[in-house]
Amino acid sequence: MEYILIIITAVFINNIVLAQFLGICPFLGVSNKVTTAVGMTGAVAFVMVLATMVTYIIYIYVLVPLGIGFMQTITYILVIASLVQMVEIILKKVSQSLYQALGIFLPLITTNCAVLGVAILVIKKDYNLIEGVVFGASNAIGFGLALVILAGIREQLELADLPKAMKGVPISLITAGILALAFMGFTGIVK
Amino acid sequence: MNQLNNFTKGFIKENPILVLVLGCCPALATTSSALNGLGMGVATTFVLIGSNVVVSLLSDLIPYKVRIPAFVVIIASFVTIVDLLMQAYVPALYEKLGIFIPLIVVNCIVLGRAEAFASKNSVLSSFIDGSGMGLGFTFALGILGAFREIAGSGAIFDYKFIDGDGILVFILAPGAFIALGYMIAVVSKFKKP
Repeated sequence: MEYILIIITAVFINNIVLAQFLGICPFLGVSNKVTTAVGMTGAVAFVMVLATMVTYIIYIYVLVPLGIGFMQTITYILVIASLVQMVEIILKKVSQSLYQALGIFLPLITTNCAVLGVAILVIKKDYNLIEGVVFGASNAIGFGLALVILAGIREQLELADLPKAMKGVPISLITAGILALAFMGFTGIVK
Repeated sequence: MNQLNNFTKGFIKENPILVLVLGCCPALATTSSALNGLGMGVATTFVLIGSNVVVSLLSDLIPYKVRIPAFVVIIASFVTIVDLLMQAYVPALYEKLGIFIPLIVVNCIVLGRAEAFASKNSVLSSFIDGSGMGLGFTFALGILGAFREIAGSGAIFDYKFIDGDGILVFILAPGAFIALGYMIAVVSKFKKP
């Protein structure tokens, strides 16, 4: 039951992009087309779950026993960067087709604050390992949901006749704002 | 003259938020009031200046292939310093900004300046570039925060000038997106091509 609560909260109520403002850069950057949005979601989901798992284990079994919790930020960003690199190399060897699909998005993920943000939030919220992984996976779903919806709307917006100054980023931000407004309707599903 | 230009470009012409649209996550998340926005801006400015100076000092020593990880470690060290300092001296602000202090490390603008400017220029220029960009960032966050605070709760710097509530949506998440969207639109309307 508590896992379902974590999932619903992370996907709908506290959506990582629309309510917590994490991962805005890829949210604006790769939401031109639905297909690229789906590719990016896949790559983020993969790295986010792995990174949450690995950083949690390192925090609990290395940083805490040694009493160097303040090294959290440096350690995490290095772990995530090397993880992304590793995933890229492994994917290239194991599955060429998956690499083709996700390849170009992988390097971008290192600077995606959603991945680092989720890893830090798991520690802040005192989750255990399984809850942490569920939290990471559901945040990835929430990220994907917001990204794909926005990409779908932006594909239609291409046809709209907008003032020149509104084209591109401004209208995407305003659309995202209206999406966020819609997502606020989910507040109250979970008591 | 050149240095002056170097300093002012971060304000309008290459403003990190309003023109380059880099580092939007903290810009949206921490601007529910003017004070929070400015606090976040100052913290980021400190990291920007520190990392720019150190990167330009070490740029001859860092091998080209591992420059990005090296830059990230330098930035992360400064972020940790800011994190601990703020926790010690401004705990209330630290509570409010929360997770976005450690997340300065993945703010694209910091790594962007290290890679695009500091690694190729002198220490002094990098210092000036860092302060200009940082102040531009702070400026944008301050304006956005002030706008959201005035519209959303009818107050500025916690000083309330209307009775009752404002337009609540501007304090909440959707207002951040909408306000920033219009701000960028206005800037790109008046920007010289």
